[in-house]
Amino acid sequence: MNYNKFKIFLFSCLLSIVPNIYSQSDISSTDFSNYFSPPSKGVMTPDSDGFIRRWLLLEPINKPNRSNTVFTDSYIREVFATEYFPTQFTKIPSDGDKVKVGDQKLKWHALDSKLFNVKLFRFASNLDKQVYGVIFWAVTVIECAEDIENVRMAVGSNSASMWWLNGEEAVILSGDRRMVKDDCMSRRLTLKKGKNVVRGAVINGPGMSDFCLRFVYENGEPVKDITISFK
Amino acid sequence: MKKDNILLGVCSLMLSGLSTNLSAQVGEPYIHDPSTIMECDGKYYTFGTGGGGLISEDGWTWNSGAVRPGRGAAPDAIKIGDRYLVAYSSTGGGLGGGHSGQVLTMWNKTLDPTSPDFKFTDPIVVASSEEDEDCDAIDAGLLLDPTDGRLWLSYGTYFGFIRLVELDPETGKRVEGNEPINIAIDCEATDLLYRDGWYYLLGTHGTCCDGPNSTYNIVVGRSRKVTGPYVDNMGRKMLEGGGKMVIAARNGMTGAGHFGRYIETEGVEKMSCHFEADFKRGGRSVLAIYPLLWRNGWPVAGDLFKEGTYEIESERRGYALELAVDFIRMDAPRYRFWEKVEEPVVPLKPQTLDDVIDTWPKGNIDVRIGDYMFRPHQKWTITAVPDAGGYLGAPYYKIVIEGTNRALSAAEGAEVVTVPEFTGSPEQLWRIEQLIDGTYRIMPKHIPGCDEELVLVSVGDSTPSLGKFDMNSDNSKWNFRDY
Repeated sequence: MNYNKFKIFLFSCLLSIVPNIYSQSDISSTDFSNYFSPPSKGVMTPDSDGFIRRWLLLEPINKPNRSNTVFTDSYIREVFATEYFPTQFTKIPSDGDKVKVGDQKLKWHALDSKLFNVKLFRFASNLDKQVYGVIFWAVTVIECAEDIENVRMAVGSNSASMWWLNGEEAVILSGDRRMVKDDCMSRRLTLKKGKNVVRGAVINGPGMSDFCLRFVYENGEPVKDITISFK
Repeated sequence: MKKDNILLGVCSLMLSGLSTNLSAQVGEPYIHDPSTIMECDGKYYTFGTGGGGLISEDGWTWNSGAVRPGRGAAPDAIKIGDRYLVAYSSTGGGLGGGHSGQVLTMWNKTLDPTSPDFKFTDPIVVASSEEDEDCDAIDAGLLLDPTDGRLWLSYGTYFGFIRLVELDPETGKRVEGNEPINIAIDCEATDLLYRDGWYYLLGTHGTCCDGPNSTYNIVVGRSRKVTGPYVDNMGRKMLEGGGKMVIAARNGMTGAGHFGRYIETEGVEKMSCHFEADFKRGGRSVLAIYPLLWRNGWPVAGDLFKEGTYEIESERRGYALELAVDFIRMDAPRYRFWEKVEEPVVPLKPQTLDDVIDTWPKGNIDVRIGDYMFRPHQKWTITAVPDAGGYLGAPYYKIVIEGTNRALSAAEGAEVVTVPEFTGSPEQLWRIEQLIDGTYRIMPKHIPGCDEELVLVSVGDSTPSLGKFDMNSDNSKWNFRDY
């Protein structure tokens, strides 16, 4: 190998290394764009595993807790029954809507999650909002062509959370909980023909916060023949 | 009898009844060499040495009543199509005498002696032995090969060889021109089964018919071909006396003999045998039914469920079934891990029911699955329910939170809850069966508003429900831990 050829070889080797270095920096990045994108304009369906990735997320409500161990069933039922803003359990918010919670003025954001799990922590950190001692509210709308009976809402969340379908309590996840796919299931329920509103609240003291949600059939297979919208 | 003595007697009877429930079958399950258990029109049947046999309505309470003509030793039975084929021997073998014997087969459309269709066909001789032959033609075992539909009969005793002949599954006669093959020695009361590409020969070793001193035990060898050679786990042929233990004396009973296999559904198998002497029944020979487990390709008797207080662990993730109540934290001194502690070690007292029960709702409480912390809301006391009937081999159980009468119950919508008081209603009665891999399935006797047969399942890591049993899913499996 002559010197010029050696230089070309060396350059090629360096080029082959560069993408790896770049990719490593991608993994470390916590930019908003790694987790969320503005909602796409087309019809949104669940991902290949059935996870719902389109959500309206409210900026975090201040709820100081130094530890997640306080999240017993009684505690979170009481906390989530509290009215923080009017129409909390009834209105489907729009992107940019604002609500007042105590001294906080909080905005709703319409987003598509790039991950199966919606990273609430990064949602908050990228908006320069508090990340610990918080309550997040999330809303989405599921549309079905026909009634889909005997399905379960499957939720994992960090930390505790409660979820409602069309105003009815569906799932509660109590305790100092880690986000696990298919951790807690609702009882068998029906996704009715037309629009179905899914509403959830996640509470977290210290540590990571996120959730994942999908619907599954009796055999555990995900429900995918639905569409997801913001209204 | 004095009043105290009467009370003592009643208590003793109750205690002996309970302990009997947990070993052999209830009723009068007296039999020797029970044939493979057959189900016919919702009842269970087994035939024994000397004629007759047992009937059970539910598989747990057994009484005499089965009818088999022809007396002789150690029959077997098999269902082929919509008919039952019974094989038996016309003699009882000869420990010190002659070895002339015959194995015969006969058909019946039903095993229910009260049915108008109950009529055995004339018996046909399918195998025989001469007076001084190295074989006793008794102790029949039948196998319908699921791979090709061929029918095989094993027979013989310690005196000489266990032999194999082929029968015609249409007629029950010996296949024309078929010659016996020697497949084992040192056995009697053999049976054959097929599973996953292997043929298994199960034989009874040890000393027969010696009550509490009988060393009878059941061993097994296997072969890729039905004609053998059958080899044990040590590579020793059964023609050389080989055999791996399946079941021996246990639970206060000695002399396990005459294997029979019963498949409830995929993953749920039972084995039947007799014990020469049930100590609790004065040393009489009784029918026994155990879970049949498969370990590394070998069959072995499982365990009868033992009453007690347990963690009920989900095989799905390893979490424990628990009441959906507030977790009550325990106070304890905190130490820095890296610093030497001068104070003496004082054991922590575990949380007790009294510490937490007042925090629980009084009505129904949901159940969930969570990290096991040996807390009161996670400890379940499981006991047999007298007079509640049973299923093949075991009684129904109640499952209550330890120290309470709060009972696990099936609920509307095929879900599970706990109710504050156990009432004995069928949705509160549970069938507990060990599966072939050693885990368990847990099934309610009845589900309100549901006709399906469903079991306790983990639909999520943290969520129990009722669903269809699936042996290939860990959602259907549970363990009982004494932690």
